[in-house]
Amino acid sequence: MISHAIFFYIFSIIAIISAIMVTVSKNTVHSVFFLILDFISISCLFIMIGAEFLGMIMLIVYVGAVAVLFLFVVMMLNVAQQKNQWFVSKENSSHIPVGLIISAIIFFELIIVIGGWKYRPELFNANSSQITNEVSNTHSLGQILYTDYIHIFQISGMILLIAMIGAIVLTFRQREGVKTQSYLKQISRERSEGVEVLEVPSNRGVKIDD
Amino acid sequence: MDTFNLIFNEVYKILFLLIPVLVSVAMIVWLDRRVWAFVQKRQGPNVVGPFGLLQSLADALKYIFKEIIIPASSNKIIFILAPIITMTLALIAWAVIPFGENQVLANINVGILYIFAVSSLGVYGIIMGGWASNSKYPFLGAIRSAAQMVSYEVSIGIIIINVLLCVGSLNLSDIVMAQQNMWFVIPLFPMFVIFFISSLAETNRPPFDLPEAEAELVAGYQTEYSGMMYAMFWLGEYANILLMCALGSILFLGGWLSPIDLYPFNLIPGVFWLIFKILFLFILFALVKAVVPRYRYDQLMRLGWKIFLPLSLTYVILTASYLFYFNLLPTI
Repeated sequence: MISHAIFFYIFSIIAIISAIMVTVSKNTVHSVFFLILDFISISCLFIMIGAEFLGMIMLIVYVGAVAVLFLFVVMMLNVAQQKNQWFVSKENSSHIPVGLIISAIIFFELIIVIGGWKYRPELFNANSSQITNEVSNTHSLGQILYTDYIHIFQISGMILLIAMIGAIVLTFRQREGVKTQSYLKQISRERSEGVEVLEVPSNRGVKIDD
Repeated sequence: MDTFNLIFNEVYKILFLLIPVLVSVAMIVWLDRRVWAFVQKRQGPNVVGPFGLLQSLADALKYIFKEIIIPASSNKIIFILAPIITMTLALIAWAVIPFGENQVLANINVGILYIFAVSSLGVYGIIMGGWASNSKYPFLGAIRSAAQMVSYEVSIGIIIINVLLCVGSLNLSDIVMAQQNMWFVIPLFPMFVIFFISSLAETNRPPFDLPEAEAELVAGYQTEYSGMMYAMFWLGEYANILLMCALGSILFLGGWLSPIDLYPFNLIPGVFWLIFKILFLFILFALVKAVVPRYRYDQLMRLGWKIFLPLSLTYVILTASYLFYFNLLPTI
């Protein structure tokens, strides 16, 4: 049990420190790397409470795919020009009140959730399903997700699909004069079409491509 | 004292796995060059030791004694971290590979997801190396390879779903045991082919070695690296290739199971069967390198997104419908 506590504190301290470093570090790319470290330690915490499927999915989806795209976007920006102008320059200081309002909202939401958890536990038990040790974590998750909540699950899938199609529609531009290659044409080319053997008369040559 | 014994035992087991893996990585580098040479009617490395077996050792010695140059304008911490991350991630995935019944370091429930997660983290070593070098060629190589690895991971994930449908468990030992009657390569043969090609792309092997296309990008993300740091990238890459071969043989070729369950074949321990299968897949990897020319980048992306993804998705539906219709779905 003590080793469990030790590992819990190691991972949670890393998670909190890296979460702070995301906002504090001056280089945006470093911020993203700290975000990745944060994701990894959170997924370690998930695995420690027995939710191994959630932990692994967190690693695959957030670290393996989402954070890579974050990193892409941040690397493409010119990082050197916008080094920590947030608190010094006048025109950007309008971000601060908005940020404060949003963090206050998140704070109150957390208070409501944790307070409800402590003082009205029956509200939580009504909606939660018991985890048994007989079947594995993945199986029990699937049995709930694909039976009781199948419609919600499918609707969320549809929302993601619509979001994806919307992003494609918004960014897709039909450009003029783009030279594309027809793969079918390239593959189905025969030798006789590609090579032509000509009899070349001396001193006169032949004319090709007219 | 008990805890100490436990830790000692675990460390002993880890070393017993790690050292053979590292040695075999060095050996398959030699094998790769040798196969490549034989296809092209050359001799390959044959000078150091018998048949040139010690070539990799000589190369490693050379790398160790070379100077490590860190570019002045690079981001030093990330620059040094990148090869370390590549190497570590390539090695920690071996923890869940089963070499026989109960011969596995960590028999976790979500073994296949663990391997998938670790291999999807592998892209960070390359991105970090390319970005921290602060130079154009490594950056281009890093961006290319990140896009490539992320795209082919999708199709590998869907292929794994195919296998999982037939098994009903995410545990790697369960996946092997489910193939006792028939290896999955027979019913899922198209998926095996797609998995093989996708793992070529995932490990940046030719014909998909665009991240380090030497004709365009010098050496891609490795351009600024030298000495032992370059060697670590290199070792990590080959350890990843071995891992993908192991994954392929576990998912499709029956892992440690012997091909025929008859008397003389039963005597050979399962580890050797697994090693044979890994070597078989690796020789295929090496042959592909020698035979096929490099893909163009748009062809690569088209193959991943427009051909492999729909094909493997269709096969998922086919497999699921077949299993459902004939009532073959695995029970828990």
